[in-house]
Amino acid sequence: MRMPDTSEVLLQVEGVSLAFGGVKALRDVSLDIRKGEIRAIIGPNGAGKTSMLNVINGFYHPNRGAITFKGRTRAQMQPFEASRGGIARTFQNVALFKGMSALDNIMAGRTLKMRRGLLWQMLRYGPALAEEIEHRHRVEEIIDFLEIEAIRKVPVARLPYGLQKRVELGRALAMEPDLLLLDEPMAGMNLEEKKDMSRFIIDVNDHYGTTIALIEHDMAVVMDLSHRVVVLDHGVKIADGTPDEVKNNQAVIEAYLGVAH
Amino acid sequence: MLYREAGQFKTTYAEDMAIFPIRQDRMALAILLGIAFIGVPLLADFDIWPFGSDYLLRAILLPFLILALAAIGVNILVGYCGQISLGSGAFMAIGAYSAYKLGTGVHIPLAWLDFAISIPPLPVLLSILLGGLAAAVVGILFGIPSLRIKGLYLAVATLAAQFFFDWVFLRVSWFTNYAPSGSVSAPTLDFFGLNVGTPIERYMLCLIFVTVFAVLAKNLVRGNLGRQWMAIRDMDIAAELIGIRPLYAKLTAFAVSSFIIGVAGALWAFVYLGSWEPLAFSIERSLQLLFMVIIGGLGSIMGSFIGAAFILILPIMLNLLPTQLGVPLSTETITHLEFIIFGSLICYLLIKEPHGFARLISIGKEKLRLWPFPY
Amino acid sequence: MIALGQFLEVLIGGLMSGVLYSLVALGFVLIFKASGVFNFAQGAMVLLAGLALVRSLDLLVASGFPLWAAIVLGIGFAAVIMAITAWLIERFVIGPLVNQDGLTLFMSTIGVTFVLEGAAQMIFGSDAYPLRLFPTDAWFLFENVFPGGILVNKLDVWGGVIAGILVAGLAIFFQRTKTGRALRAVADDHMAAQSVGIPISWIWFVVWLAAGLVALVAATVWGTKLGVQFSITFLALKALPVLIIGGLTSVPGAIVGGLIVGAGEKLAEVFLGSHIGGGIEYWFAYVLALAVLLVRPQGLFGERIIERI
Repeated sequence: MRMPDTSEVLLQVEGVSLAFGGVKALRDVSLDIRKGEIRAIIGPNGAGKTSMLNVINGFYHPNRGAITFKGRTRAQMQPFEASRGGIARTFQNVALFKGMSALDNIMAGRTLKMRRGLLWQMLRYGPALAEEIEHRHRVEEIIDFLEIEAIRKVPVARLPYGLQKRVELGRALAMEPDLLLLDEPMAGMNLEEKKDMSRFIIDVNDHYGTTIALIEHDMAVVMDLSHRVVVLDHGVKIADGTPDEVKNNQAVIEAYLGVAH
Repeated sequence: MLYREAGQFKTTYAEDMAIFPIRQDRMALAILLGIAFIGVPLLADFDIWPFGSDYLLRAILLPFLILALAAIGVNILVGYCGQISLGSGAFMAIGAYSAYKLGTGVHIPLAWLDFAISIPPLPVLLSILLGGLAAAVVGILFGIPSLRIKGLYLAVATLAAQFFFDWVFLRVSWFTNYAPSGSVSAPTLDFFGLNVGTPIERYMLCLIFVTVFAVLAKNLVRGNLGRQWMAIRDMDIAAELIGIRPLYAKLTAFAVSSFIIGVAGALWAFVYLGSWEPLAFSIERSLQLLFMVIIGGLGSIMGSFIGAAFILILPIMLNLLPTQLGVPLSTETITHLEFIIFGSLICYLLIKEPHGFARLISIGKEKLRLWPFPY
Repeated sequence: MIALGQFLEVLIGGLMSGVLYSLVALGFVLIFKASGVFNFAQGAMVLLAGLALVRSLDLLVASGFPLWAAIVLGIGFAAVIMAITAWLIERFVIGPLVNQDGLTLFMSTIGVTFVLEGAAQMIFGSDAYPLRLFPTDAWFLFENVFPGGILVNKLDVWGGVIAGILVAGLAIFFQRTKTGRALRAVADDHMAAQSVGIPISWIWFVVWLAAGLVALVAATVWGTKLGVQFSITFLALKALPVLIIGGLTSVPGAIVGGLIVGAGEKLAEVFLGSHIGGGIEYWFAYVLALAVLLVRPQGLFGERIIERI
């Protein structure tokens, strides 16, 4: 596996705290994501992993702390800033557009790249048609890459779960992101599907150099895939380092296995 | 054996993206358009009509075309963008009355400035299009709440539009040019020196409008904007996180939808009714349009036509069939029967096939493609 | 003192008719709380209940029953009709649509509205039928303070009393009975409720029945006021802004919302309407609701909605 060639930091989260009423989802968490790496966020259920992704792409607004992305520091991200800045995302429970075909879902991911206005689109002639075709080419490349040619015209609601996850990845890839957030990309998959998905994640990272932050429960997968791992427990960061460092960290073992008192 | 796509290979993405990628479908459409544009005028020319008069033209085809156009507008908002509207009638009214004012000349006295804004009567075509534009502007205004409120709440906001504009056109006599009865008449339908008067001329006018708008609408919904609308409809949060701006997507849906509904309203008033009262655009009209869209198919341009046809033809059938069978029903019973049939059909379709008749047809085509094998 | 007297009279009249709006709104809240269905058909249910009541009443009186017996039997008959309606709706519409989104359910109740309106008028007739269950004359209060006194309709007072009893009854039903508890469980999460053995279709039947009975009560009052006729269904449309203002899930909200709408539209009509042309009663409630939506989308008493992903 390729190691990231730079130590340049793409995204830095500093001292972020997030509370819903009395529930503290995140407590003073700091972490960095370096350009080109695969960064895993792990932890037991309710550790605040998904909250962390939500903070990064602006869906949740932290109560305290700062987020630095591509050199700009903000107290909080906004969803449109995140998507415009090149952060794409998949969801724990697939969040596809159910009434649309797989192709349309992925095409929707190109929204930010398409420029022609309402009137041109209405005529669907000349530049508007050319634009549509050009983006169709790009999307077909992604469809090829994810090996979902056969289902491109099928409404996604009719697809099995594993394929839906793949289409969702395709939609995120269509945004040509600099940072790709994957929330449990392999949840509920069988071994075969997990292997496929792992291959896609490594290929995305390898070929396009896309930085990836992923949440995953399958430890074997995490250890194989990621360059660095951060461990959360009850909203607190308890470890951060290479897979091997984390594996042997006492606090991590306790968090996962529980401590005898 | 007729309906086969074997051997029709698509070699470019443009071909694959056509509205009707299958040749047989394109032929069917061509035949339909041929009948509409050539067949019907021929019938009119030789005065051969089913039902013995031009009843078919005046009472069925003309309202069908205009309501189908309005239904396309409603479908864009409700079916494609998922924003429910119970105020479509009001937007038809805005289109109609704006076109009326522009077509008969606008005069706004500003007494305190000792000045008056006067616009001479505009050509009919321009008035109709500007009527649509006025509806679009109001549509955007009433769409703004949709950024904060969703679904059912929005239904109430659109109802507010419906009742407010009902009242405005009833009580603010400026809009009716101070007609004492509140009823107004359309200006002469003069298009570039061509006077549109006879039923067949009116029919052709509406047919051209509907065809053009249907094509434009179809282009929009299968393009980038259409995908944004559907994304907002299916999962607005995810849509926002992939860079779709809800503000832009929703307001364009409101604008485009209201524009089309407004134009339909202007046509309804000018071309179909001729003279009208605010009652022509009441809440019943709004519900009727919503029904057309649900029955025909949410999120389908073709469905808008099917729904409009169904809603118009069912009452006529209810009138004709029992009489033919020798058990004539009273008009009251027919009205009530209509209510019951529409209502149950809505419930049935929502349960069994939320995409309406349009989806049933495409399932039928799927079956036909594979016939005689079930799979 | 004339202006104050007039103001009070309009205010009281408005508040009283507001109570009647609340009566219809209550039916909405019941169903929305229990099944998340925004029931457009509530007005049609009022029409159906009213027609069933008034027609059976007329028939019974005409065939020689004493008035009290006719009233008891008539109300009983209307209640049975509402029960059948509730069962049919649960069995054929809401049951099969379980797990659908709110918009689909809402549109299905528009369908139900049409079926009920058509069926009710086909079976029971479509004229206006007068109903005389409550006195309709008026009291004049404070005649020594204000010239002419303040006019208060006895019917409106009856309406207020009935609404009070109804709310108290519903509160006891929700808080104290087993069915009420199950109902709240279903409202919270119908799948979880189902998994602990609450018979969900029974609960929904009960909810629709309760809404039907509330509609019957509303029909007795409104029917006495306006006569039982088709236009009674427009009440449902008036109840929508009441709900938005009060908050969709709140029984007190329905009451307060009704009062605000009732008083607001009467006052606006009398004191504002004369300046901008009459009839603003027609839309006042909606525009008020729109304003509330923009400032406080969950309504005055509604719960704040937190979105998760």
